[in-house]
Amino acid sequence: MTLDALLQVDRAGLDLPLTVNPGEVVALLGPNGAGKTTALRTLAGLLPLRDGHIRLGDQPWDQPPRTFLAPQRRTVGVMFQDYLLFDHMSVLENVAFGLRARGTSRSEARSTALTWLLTVGVAEYALSRPRSLSGGQAQRVALARALATTPDVLLLDEPLAALDAATRHRVRTELARHLRDFPGHTVLVTHDPLDAMVLADRLVILEDGKVTQTGSPRDVAQHPRTDYIAHLVGLNLLHGNANGTAVILDNGNHLTLAAPAQGQVHVAFSPVSVSLSPVESTAPNTWRASVTGVEQHAHTTRVHLDNTVFADLPPTTVATLDFTKPLWASINPSDLRAY
Amino acid sequence: MNKRRVSKGRLPVALVLPAVVGLAFLLVPLVGLLARTQWADLPSRLFSAEVGEALQLSLVCASVATVVCVVLGVPLAWLLARGDLPGRRFIRALVTVPLVLPPVVGGVALLLVLGRRGPVGELLDGWFGISLPFTTAGVVVAEAFVAMPFLVISVEGALRAADHRLEEAAATLGASRWLTFRRVTLPSVMPGVVAGTVLCWARALGEFGATITFAGNFPGKTTTMPLAVYLALESDPQAAIVLSVVLLTVSVAVLASLRERWVAG
Repeated sequence: MTLDALLQVDRAGLDLPLTVNPGEVVALLGPNGAGKTTALRTLAGLLPLRDGHIRLGDQPWDQPPRTFLAPQRRTVGVMFQDYLLFDHMSVLENVAFGLRARGTSRSEARSTALTWLLTVGVAEYALSRPRSLSGGQAQRVALARALATTPDVLLLDEPLAALDAATRHRVRTELARHLRDFPGHTVLVTHDPLDAMVLADRLVILEDGKVTQTGSPRDVAQHPRTDYIAHLVGLNLLHGNANGTAVILDNGNHLTLAAPAQGQVHVAFSPVSVSLSPVESTAPNTWRASVTGVEQHAHTTRVHLDNTVFADLPPTTVATLDFTKPLWASINPSDLRAY
Repeated sequence: MNKRRVSKGRLPVALVLPAVVGLAFLLVPLVGLLARTQWADLPSRLFSAEVGEALQLSLVCASVATVVCVVLGVPLAWLLARGDLPGRRFIRALVTVPLVLPPVVGGVALLLVLGRRGPVGELLDGWFGISLPFTTAGVVVAEAFVAMPFLVISVEGALRAADHRLEEAAATLGASRWLTFRRVTLPSVMPGVVAGTVLCWARALGEFGATITFAGNFPGKTTTMPLAVYLALESDPQAAIVLSVVLLTVSVAVLASLRERWVAG
């Protein structure tokens, strides 16, 4: 049974084909306003499609203009960004709510809910109010509530965004484990590349409502195709036309590759492989660069060059450079990756 | 921090004088009422037949009217806040009309519609043999008519302020709209419902114009406290004072119970 969707909504100009296999975790990764949450809402049934379709196996969920299955009739579990736990109910009642709504008896719903609370590790708070929980605990309760009805489709909206940094990395690995155990289809929405890489089997990059790249986390990280992704994974990305080892970039500059390529190419390279020198050299891939910005990262200094490339340099090197004088940047051809 | 008051200049007389007069205007009558009360024979008068009768009638009618308002008004408020009705703003404006309408006019309108010759009154009389005007039930109808908008506006405001995404969460968990209303929406707006109910009850208890117009003034049957005060003022001023003190006490109690929500800040 496959979740097969073509999500088309006017809001955010969303036009997103999406296929999710059982047991697969797909992450929609994109900047704010790209339409990620809108996509999730259409899958949950909280927003109808303008065009396209959502099908689970042979069951149509939304197929304008004929079919629209109300959210309460879809087998989904949703974990909302700020969890939306019901404050007037205990944690246990929150998790049992979906089961009760779907007709399970009170005692059975409660015991199932308790089992889920045990699974996510917050059983001792079963009788507490959601308000009294910490962020990490509330996140687990929200996950238990979404999973308790054994949905076919699990939807997670920025599942870790509301957590502080310390809690976040612990909960992230935990969530990855739960998602691995979940046999259904998972779609998660995030703007954090690390969340997406750790949690998902496949990434769908969404920019301005359109898919700009899709693939395994590893593939996307190594071969970014848009500036947004390159920036996310911390690579420089240039676009150009290759003829053998010579590349004419879209901005008119030339690059020399170590391995030959042909036609339209993306050229990616790490900012660490860019060096800066006050002395002009004749080595390939050297150009006169002007510094457009400098910022301090953990242990390196990031220098922006010509607003297009950035170089990560050790602070000791930065100290020897005078940014007001002419500088020459260079990259070793073997550090360039063209695809 | 020192407690020195930062000087912003003298308070302008043009503002202070009217303000003090206004305050006195609001408070002096109440103080006068309390000053004229003969506290010694208050208990005996309070438990006298006519005062007790009016008090009991008032409490029963206001409470029944409030129940009617809650049963009809909360769903109406929900429909206005969540129903996606066409012309919702217009309907909301209509709901607030009784709020600003002189109650006497409301009483006349009720009489025209529910009176024995009125379109609805005729049906009630013909089918069930029920006639509302000049009965205790008529008092309840008049009070509910005047008081319901208070409840609807209060509950609707609470519904609008409530996070409707909680209802979306309930829907994704499989809850029907009715179950969502009962288990999620209603509990989350409960403070608004309680405030609206208290306000509604207080308004019903003090109702005069619509009641005397629609239900008349029959001791033991339709003479509620405000009507009794008005009557007693001519025959037995001390009784009028006692009744007024009781109503004043109830009003202050209502105000105190709503203090958290309405007066604070």
